[in-house]
Amino acid sequence: MTVFIIRRMLQALLVVCLMSVIVFFGVNIVGDPIYMLVSPDADQADIEAAIARLGLDRPIWEQYVLFLKGAAQGDLGDSFIFGESALKLILHHMPATMELAFSALILAIVIGIPLGLYAGLYPDSRRSKGIMAASILGFSLPTFWVGLMLIMLFAVELRWVPATGRGDLGSFLGIQSSLLTPDGLSHIFLPALNLALLKISLAIRLTRAGVREAMGQDYVKYARAKGLSTRRIILVHVMKNIMIPVVTVMGLEFGSLIGFSVVTETIFAWPGMGKLLIDAILQLDRPVVVAYLMIIVLFFVLINLIVDIIYSILDPRVRLQDQGA
Amino acid sequence: MTDATTDSAMTAAPLAKVETPFQRFRAEFFESKIATVALGIFLIIVLLAILAPWITPQNPYDLAQVTIMDGRLPPGSEAFDGYTMWLGSDGAGRDLYSAILYGLRISLTVGLASGVIALLFGMAVGLIAAYAGGRIEVLIMRIVDLQLSFPASLVALMMVAALGKGVDKIILALVIAQWAYYARTVRATALVERGKEYVEAAQCLGISQSRIVFRHILPNCMAPLIVVGTVQTASAISLEATLSFLGVGLPQTEPSIGVLIANGFEYLLSGRYWISVFPGAALLLTVVSINLVGDHLRDVLNPRLKK
Amino acid sequence: MTAVLEISGLKTHFFTHAGVVKAVDGVDFTVSKGEVMGLVGESGSGKSITGFSILGLIDQPGRIVEGSIKFNGSEIANVSEEELKKLRGNRISMIFQDPMMTLNPVLRVDTQMIEAIRAHENVSKQTAWERSRDALGLVGIPSPEERLQAYPHQLSGGMRQRVAIATAFLNKPDLIIADEPTTALDVTIQAQIIHEAQKLTKQTGTAMIWITHDLAVVAGLADRISVMYAGRIVEQGGIDDVIDRPLHPYTVGRLGSVPTANRRGQRLFQIEGMTPNMLALPEGCAFGPRCQARKAACNAQPPIEDVEGRRLRCFNPQRVAEVTS
Repeated sequence: MTVFIIRRMLQALLVVCLMSVIVFFGVNIVGDPIYMLVSPDADQADIEAAIARLGLDRPIWEQYVLFLKGAAQGDLGDSFIFGESALKLILHHMPATMELAFSALILAIVIGIPLGLYAGLYPDSRRSKGIMAASILGFSLPTFWVGLMLIMLFAVELRWVPATGRGDLGSFLGIQSSLLTPDGLSHIFLPALNLALLKISLAIRLTRAGVREAMGQDYVKYARAKGLSTRRIILVHVMKNIMIPVVTVMGLEFGSLIGFSVVTETIFAWPGMGKLLIDAILQLDRPVVVAYLMIIVLFFVLINLIVDIIYSILDPRVRLQDQGA
Repeated sequence: MTDATTDSAMTAAPLAKVETPFQRFRAEFFESKIATVALGIFLIIVLLAILAPWITPQNPYDLAQVTIMDGRLPPGSEAFDGYTMWLGSDGAGRDLYSAILYGLRISLTVGLASGVIALLFGMAVGLIAAYAGGRIEVLIMRIVDLQLSFPASLVALMMVAALGKGVDKIILALVIAQWAYYARTVRATALVERGKEYVEAAQCLGISQSRIVFRHILPNCMAPLIVVGTVQTASAISLEATLSFLGVGLPQTEPSIGVLIANGFEYLLSGRYWISVFPGAALLLTVVSINLVGDHLRDVLNPRLKK
Repeated sequence: MTAVLEISGLKTHFFTHAGVVKAVDGVDFTVSKGEVMGLVGESGSGKSITGFSILGLIDQPGRIVEGSIKFNGSEIANVSEEELKKLRGNRISMIFQDPMMTLNPVLRVDTQMIEAIRAHENVSKQTAWERSRDALGLVGIPSPEERLQAYPHQLSGGMRQRVAIATAFLNKPDLIIADEPTTALDVTIQAQIIHEAQKLTKQTGTAMIWITHDLAVVAGLADRISVMYAGRIVEQGGIDDVIDRPLHPYTVGRLGSVPTANRRGQRLFQIEGMTPNMLALPEGCAFGPRCQARKAACNAQPPIEDVEGRRLRCFNPQRVAEVTS
């Protein structure tokens, strides 16, 4: 098991290095690098000073090494707009995004899996067909449009929840989160729902497909022949089998939740990394964009690793293969 | 101990009527009312978009025809030039009905163009990977997997940030965001087909590799490609709208649906809902109908679900 | 000899898009206490469906349309699912063909055996565990405690099938239906499994229905045999009777096509033609198109009658001398 983890970690490290190369050289090849790293309002003197300071007159390999050194120390350049370290900026906004992503994931699991289970067990019932139709709507509807509709319906018309912004923070075991206050919950409800919509649809479809496939398997027939109750067959035999693909996919999708948050955060004015990114792109704040990219890459690689480990824990066939049982 | 009568008894049951796979596919497809309706709606939308210059009272891109005095009028109002604005007008004075149809043209063009290019490119890569095998295949697939682990929206966002605005750049960004799906699908199918016996037989007969690929393998990849293609096209259209909405997509001068919706965002909270809702509804209809068709296609073309 | 199972006029039909498949079309037989009944036929003959019908495991689009299944005197055909669950795995057990498919790959062996016990009896997990361990020992599995903790894929094919057999005997059923239990195994393992099964039935007095396509398997094991073709029984009687002096041309053909040492060097007899299309059976005798002994009368469906001490469905029985010499 440890061999497995170490191997995967090395692979992950490789990917991060590769991405850093791509990002760095990509940023430097697209256009004159100086304009990447200097504010658009700078005049000639500032530019030359910046060139010297940032070492852009040195050969590109040296620059890459400098970049890596800086990265290792947590310095990925300073934001033009805010003047502070891009990395710090992003990390500051990360908890808000994490909150949103986690809430969306929980919603997707709690709503999507039971619905998908029902649709899989009774595929021909009216309700199931309704659920499947809803799931198609769920992943066809563009996230931003749904967000708009949600705001219009719940915030403007019904006035049940506030339209934008993040609520008050509460504290628990040293972690600050808006999930811990009622005001915070009312603020996070709509954006989390918006973000979760796609994942709920995915969960429904995944679970349903898994259930349908599992029910046709011999082990289900055998379980029935043993006289087991339907409840046990579904909850133990079927669920354990379909959990494997469902969990792995949902885990991987968590990464995309973080990416998708860009849209939701913009609409709901949620102060997370996504909104930061969009503002940075629109305002040509390149260091922030680069820093965001690097963080995201790290994240995805980490998530992939964790999901791989979870997968091997859940599926005994994979786990024990490594041990050579 | 045979009898004369055994011969007549040996005749088999009458041959069933033979229908071509395409006929069977067509019959099965139209079994679903929902999918048929969805297909109809999509075709109508495409038709409307193509005919836009002839069926709209105003060309929203022609600044001479657009006047700010027409701005923000509710549905059913009369425009400066006398025609009725059935869907109201947006902030700049564009008749929404016209703007939506013109916008559909752009959105559909961008979506379909990027989809087709991504399909061709991805297909080529997938076939190469499946055929070359060995290190090349592993390298290509690693790249594909790497890209697929990032959500398409993020990839598109990054591309747009790097490349800047403009229709061609958007299409390029969308192509880069999508090609990997096609590549993976094609490679998987090509691998399965390559392992099948008819390919071995063809190779034994000395048929050239390229002929095998084009005449034998490719047709079998069509089915999953079509399914992926429809869903991806819808996704591309949706993606373009999202990018435009965020302000990094198509420029204001030739507004796609996404731009229209974005423009209407600020008016939502003040009650002038139509500026965002109507373009949104158009986008919805388009994307949902494509997805319904694609979903049903997947069920019909999936051999595993066949009895 | 008390009859454990009495089937009369059983008809199980499948109502598919393409037409009605009469998988079982009028089957009668009886199994007495301690008796092994061999149910022999090729694929599509309806033998497995007969087995599933007994336990009520026929799924859509099929159902039992007619007939009576009496278990220990009570009618069980088409009774409620609740009633059937009480019987399954308890008074009537089933062993399936491929244990890799029928044992749930993500659950341990002990889980799957313990649940079979606790579904019918309210005993502690510990007690159930001990009974499972003892059952594994009975079927000749060494170190049963270790095997209990294993997952199915960690055991060999023969071992898995022994687990299935042990599970079938756990609740001391009156009847065991074994559906091609040795088909998926090596010939040497086959012999062992058959031996174990035989030993256990003799010890416990359990009645058994052994379903197979392989006449050789059933010859050494069964007390009585029913030969099925296209959903009907064509010949039925004591095992020695039928094997030594088969009457139905199909039975003759099957026995003639078995390679034996005594006939080395001679051409193997082959039954002409192909398995019948269940959607388009001929008007008369279903075996007619392939039968070498066909006469004009065979254009009508032959009824099953008592002939020379057995049941036979044929207008032109073949009195071939000593086929096995």
